[in-house]
Amino acid sequence: MKELFFDLAAYANGQLRGGEVLLANFDGEVSDFLRFNHARVRQPMTVHQAHLTLQLIDGRRHDRTTLAITGNAEEDRPAVKGALEAMRADLPALPEDPYLLYCDEAGASDNARTGRMPSPEEAVEMITTAGAGLDLVGILASGPVFRGFASSLGARHWHEVDSFLFDWSVYRSGDKAVKASFAGQQWDRAEVARRLDATRAQLPFLARNPRTIEPGAYRAYVSPAALDELLWMLNWGGVSAKEQRTQQSTIQQLVDGEVALSPLVTLREHIAGGLAPAFDEAGFARPASVDLIRAGRHAGSLVSPRTAQEYGIESNGADESESMQAMELAAGQLPRADALRALDTGVYVGNFHYLNWSDRSAARVTGMTRFATYWVEGGEIVAPLAVMRFDDSLYRMLGSELEALDNETDWILNNGTYGGRSVETSRVPGALLRQLRLTL
Amino acid sequence: MPFDAESIAHRFRRLAPARVDYASLRVVEEHSNTTRVRQDVVEPAERSIDRGAMISVLAGDGIGYAATSDLTDAGLRAALDRAAHWARLSQGRSVFDAPPALPRAAGRYASATTKPLALSAADRLDLLMRESKACRIDERIVDWEASLWTVRSRQMTAGIDDGETLQEYDFTIPALHVVAHAEGLTQTRSWGGRYNGYCQQGGLEVIERSGFVGSGRTTAEEALQLLAAPNCPAGRFDVLLMPDQMMLQIHESIGHPLELDRILGDERNYAGTSFVTLDMFGAYQYGSKLLNVTFDPTRSEEFASFAFDDEGSRAQREFLIRDGLLLRPLGGTISQQRAARLRSDLGSVATARSCGWNRPPIDRMSNLNVEPGTSTLEEMIASIDDGILMKTNASWSIDDSRNKFQFGCEWGQRIREGRLAEVVRNPNYRGISATFWRSLAMVGDASTMEVMGTPYCGKGEPNQAIRVGHASPACRFQGVDVFGAEK
Repeated sequence: MKELFFDLAAYANGQLRGGEVLLANFDGEVSDFLRFNHARVRQPMTVHQAHLTLQLIDGRRHDRTTLAITGNAEEDRPAVKGALEAMRADLPALPEDPYLLYCDEAGASDNARTGRMPSPEEAVEMITTAGAGLDLVGILASGPVFRGFASSLGARHWHEVDSFLFDWSVYRSGDKAVKASFAGQQWDRAEVARRLDATRAQLPFLARNPRTIEPGAYRAYVSPAALDELLWMLNWGGVSAKEQRTQQSTIQQLVDGEVALSPLVTLREHIAGGLAPAFDEAGFARPASVDLIRAGRHAGSLVSPRTAQEYGIESNGADESESMQAMELAAGQLPRADALRALDTGVYVGNFHYLNWSDRSAARVTGMTRFATYWVEGGEIVAPLAVMRFDDSLYRMLGSELEALDNETDWILNNGTYGGRSVETSRVPGALLRQLRLTL
Repeated sequence: MPFDAESIAHRFRRLAPARVDYASLRVVEEHSNTTRVRQDVVEPAERSIDRGAMISVLAGDGIGYAATSDLTDAGLRAALDRAAHWARLSQGRSVFDAPPALPRAAGRYASATTKPLALSAADRLDLLMRESKACRIDERIVDWEASLWTVRSRQMTAGIDDGETLQEYDFTIPALHVVAHAEGLTQTRSWGGRYNGYCQQGGLEVIERSGFVGSGRTTAEEALQLLAAPNCPAGRFDVLLMPDQMMLQIHESIGHPLELDRILGDERNYAGTSFVTLDMFGAYQYGSKLLNVTFDPTRSEEFASFAFDDEGSRAQREFLIRDGLLLRPLGGTISQQRAARLRSDLGSVATARSCGWNRPPIDRMSNLNVEPGTSTLEEMIASIDDGILMKTNASWSIDDSRNKFQFGCEWGQRIREGRLAEVVRNPNYRGISATFWRSLAMVGDASTMEVMGTPYCGKGEPNQAIRVGHASPACRFQGVDVFGAEK
């Protein structure tokens, strides 16, 4: 893929005229997806895809086109030439863009992180034999993901990373299930077996009669997976500098210094600890780390080059969406092994589901509990909990009601595969809350 | 390589290995063009030309898939080999009891476009810039954006033996939203929904009938009205849901629960399961007797109209719920065959679809509509002594069985003694699907209908965001749990 991309970029550069500048972004993957249900194969597939985005710039006018790339130069070069000609024809009709900003330096980087992926044979055999006797449902996704940037000004950046994500649930009955995952770069059959055994070990808890509780405020332990769901909400209009500058951020009061979160909360974008490339779509290098919340106080935002130009601030490696790609919440002091004991009596939330902002001005989020969520008494799991809706503010959950954070964090690979496999990652502890508001 | 359906189908049949039981090819080519103007400044263009093929191979009870953007002989051959490999690996270990039987389809479909959208770049910008500039009416308007997204999509399917389908679509999606802010309060008002709720098949005629022209100023005025409005009260009220909220209500609490692949458990690790079980079809009273819900791929302007689904089944209109009684699920041929071992008399509809060339078909809702009733909007308002009209979805959340939901809207308006009264902001309501539809008290007539939809219906592993349509009248529900914002 690397050769394909840089060859096409060089070809495209050769088509430029006068003072034209070209930015080229590459996005590709060769993915095996094995979808399974009841520990049997539902949909197995391989997806080989590559897309090239060309941005033609003439002065402050620019236009952009994305093309599916075949990998065959005889097919791709005419498509690239055609796209350039179409953009060149449209440029005079476009106004000058006051917010255009791109990297005009000739930097280079090459980051290839190879791993060991499961073969199709191993994947099918593992699902159907290791999962035998279990109502196992989910997906195994694996293979390389590619990102590239090149410019006619001499920049050449390449990022290639192998990864897998085995993401599964084991159902006991009805909607009662345990969810787990195993992600990384080195496929390890023994570790898969260990994690499957761990999910199997929880099934007896799910066999107990479910507990139904009344809406109200309950003491709660929010697992790393559930807290991860909650924190990703900040990518939806939370940490974006543009959203903050236009008073639309869901944490505007925090940004404006009107409220503070718990001093336990320190959140950063930590590209160095994730799988995302170390360069942005405009060719700028991403800083290894960007502090967003420090000890409960607003510390920074994600700033794209376009927002930087509009508001006269520094960009810091964010793409146009200004969303986190390698989220990291600092660990706390609570030993993970003591979490249930510290909870004492309340709700253990295994996972949250279908979160949405219910009151953006108040950073209020609603969503459901899901999977292995239990009622706990005296530090012991008593029964699975019938699904409950929560509706509560981040200012409370991560502020006044946050009692402790785990002293360890889980590394989580985002299971998103819309359009292509996500390279977003997170590192998150669990959280002990004095109160979580359940509403339905 | 240009999209030459005949050539690709011919080459596929030449290359398809004779040793597989069945193979099919689906080629998708999509030209997409999004133009956006934010605060009177043109945003970076989003144009794309996407093209690729998905090959499905059947070997006994195993189905394998392979997708590639390489449509040369070498690319198709490699994909065939890979799909065949997956199919054989799955044989004897698949979810199927017996080899699935897929229809052999042939025929054509094209959007009923009357005015092909051939706007130049300058014309598109003029259209959007006019609306954008019209939003600038007050210093409290702090952000706004107008956009136009057009898609030309062509899809061809071919079987290993014979039969081809060619379906060609034009999609047009105008949108606009405005953000107002003052004294610590921010309100967003959108035209057509914040996430492209006004989306239809067709060309320029979609824009003409949509009311997009002139939407800039009225939307900005409504944003300012919301800024000055009191918070929505909390309590039990009769609620009048307008079509741009009804579409979300239908989508989440009828559409998803009726998807047969959810009922069969495929989605339990991601999108979720369903409170609906196979035994409920033909016996379960889903809503009041006023509730009539159709799967309707024949409504020409609606977003997800088509002649064949992606498994090759011919699509036709069917009632899913009639007089409140649940009749049939949303499931394609393969799901129907899987379900048959559990219940042989289950009806189905042609709605197995994929979001693009790189994903296999799964059960979707396509066009899912509430049929009109007999009440005018005026009659419904007049029937409410103390209630709230809600308009334009802003927030949505529902449990993994599609039962406990909480939805919010951009726009609320009190109804007092049968008359529309003051505007309220941040209206929300919550309920349970299994009981909510039974509180349906009045259904608007055809004059209250609107044809909406979404380009972003998400489910599936790997994930697929697909186009679906929802046409609905305004509807009145009794005794709904309503609430507002914190302040």
